[in-house]
Amino acid sequence: MNHAAIALDGLHKSYGDRSAVRGLSLAVPAGSICGLIGPDGAGKTTTMRVLCGLLRADRGSAAVLGYDCATQSMAVKQHLGYMPQRFSLYPDLTVAENIRFFAELYEVPAAVREERDRELMAFSRLEPFRNRRAGQLSGGMKQKLALSCTLIHTPSVLILDEPTTGVDPVSRRDFWRILRDLAGRGLALLVSTPYMDEAALCDDVVLMHAGRALAHGTPEAVTGSFPRRLLEVTAVDLQEASGRLRAAAIAGLDVQRYGDRLHLVHDDDEQARAAADALVGTGAVLVPVAAGIEDVFVEMMARADTGVSP
Amino acid sequence: MKRVRALAAKEVLHILRDPRSLAVAVLMPVVMVLLYGAVVDMEMHDLPVAVVDHDHSDRSRAFTRGLEAGGFIVEVARLDDAAGIEPGFRQGRFLAALVIPRGYAATVARGEPANVQILVDGSDASTAATAGNYLQAVVLRQARSLAGESALPPPPFSTRTRVWFNPELRSAHFVVPGLVALVLMMICAILTSVAIAREKEAGTLEQILTTPIRPAQVIVGKILPYVVLAALDAGLILAIGCLVFGVPMNGSWLALAAYCLLFILIALGTGLLISALAGSLRVAMMAAVTVTMLPTMILSGFLYPVESMPAPLQVICRLMPATHFLEVLRGVMLRGENWYPLQTAVLAAQAVVLLGAAIRSFRLRLE
Repeated sequence: MNHAAIALDGLHKSYGDRSAVRGLSLAVPAGSICGLIGPDGAGKTTTMRVLCGLLRADRGSAAVLGYDCATQSMAVKQHLGYMPQRFSLYPDLTVAENIRFFAELYEVPAAVREERDRELMAFSRLEPFRNRRAGQLSGGMKQKLALSCTLIHTPSVLILDEPTTGVDPVSRRDFWRILRDLAGRGLALLVSTPYMDEAALCDDVVLMHAGRALAHGTPEAVTGSFPRRLLEVTAVDLQEASGRLRAAAIAGLDVQRYGDRLHLVHDDDEQARAAADALVGTGAVLVPVAAGIEDVFVEMMARADTGVSP
Repeated sequence: MKRVRALAAKEVLHILRDPRSLAVAVLMPVVMVLLYGAVVDMEMHDLPVAVVDHDHSDRSRAFTRGLEAGGFIVEVARLDDAAGIEPGFRQGRFLAALVIPRGYAATVARGEPANVQILVDGSDASTAATAGNYLQAVVLRQARSLAGESALPPPPFSTRTRVWFNPELRSAHFVVPGLVALVLMMICAILTSVAIAREKEAGTLEQILTTPIRPAQVIVGKILPYVVLAALDAGLILAIGCLVFGVPMNGSWLALAAYCLLFILIALGTGLLISALAGSLRVAMMAAVTVTMLPTMILSGFLYPVESMPAPLQVICRLMPATHFLEVLRGVMLRGENWYPLQTAVLAAQAVVLLGAAIRSFRLRLE
């Protein structure tokens, strides 16, 4: 744990009698991206706010580059860039003024600042919009500006709270390319996201639910840990297919809908045959597939909620 | 220090980028001082008066003509009968009436005191009181000059009121210091509480606090531009008061500036406290207006004298910083007395308590 850029150990944080984080441990080494994946209220933002020194943990420890987030917050802040969930720059200031303001708060020397500013403008492609007010940028450009502001002091650790929420798919892909590039330069990144498909872009993922980690590891390891079998159903009339499966009431079979397909979570061939029988005549196609992050999440969440240990 | 400067510079940009707010901050004090200085004029002139002359003598006519010459009253009606007074009051044609009795000329000629009746429309109590006093004074003066000083028997005693420091009881002299208090309170308390509440609501305050800046630096950087703005406004009001309304400045400017600064600290403490406690921008704005404007206008002796209020209200007035600040300000400007130990102690204590509480609650909120 000593070598991790970001280290959490048994973190607990509650607001009054409502627990937000209940014993979270994780480690992010330099040069890697860790994804905090989970729905709203899972405790992602609270975890990040503790790391930034905005909140104090009730129990457990949080450290950045070996500095304790509670007692050495000034040292932590020097090396950390935080991008909150909401766009929180000044809409009435221009792109350049926003960047300059944050550079001054970090006391970046003027010469360094100018060079850094050029670099950031180049990689974010914001140069043509230097003198545009931040409030008049598109969603994707706002995110890039916010990222630029958090990078102005050349931090070693980046904490990004749902940076791609509400951003169009093209900008999202673009943004993740930038994050990967930053990791390549040796930064440690902790990124939260509600999008399961972004999990595959991380080096490590932590599936969070109700303040706890349901699963933790590389995306492959997490999906590989799926303890059950999976059939994917595609059909012209998905509604009818799921209705038939419900009517058949096959014991031990869970049906999850993912957009244009169904996932049938089961444990043995008998259940698979029963499901296939139920779907005869609907034109549905059943294919065995490997589990995705979302399958793991749904399964783990169900187990956590019913008290079955995963 | 660099961080404080960066925050202050950013705040100046916010102010300049919002020309409407800036216009309000600069024009509002100007408009207020012009309005209050001119409209809330407590002097009486051209008072419309009806005259009921039962005497119809040259002497009685000369008497009323002489009254008009002073410019205080205008004879708008000449009635034959006192019965015409009430309808006139009802229609609002005049605010006061003068009844000269039959035999006035003869009585005066004998060197005896004649009874001249003054009637005042009391539906507007404050105008009535002022009008009554004015009329009485004017009539007495007129009577004396008509009779000639020597013709009057010397009275066993006489009272003469002399008003010091503001001999003409000019309301501008009274109102301008009050406006300084009001505007300092409004600019400092309302604008700073709104500026901080806005940052809190937008989430930018959180973003700032993840940088190595200290909470105290955030506070100082954010309020500094508003202190300057408030000081400019105070200067503007005083300049208009002195140049346009002829408000005297008998005391020292330095003392005046020092007291203003003390009051600014109090106003800032109030604004910070409000922004720390208010959950949203809207609440902060409402709270700031209610907490600063109303008490400063009504419970400070700005418009209504504290001495004429019911006792419990006077206690509340004594708690208002503006009450003490006003006493000091009027004292420095009109009386030319520069040192007020009691008021200074009260104001300093209030500044310490308010600022202390504000910074404390601000810190707690950020934890």
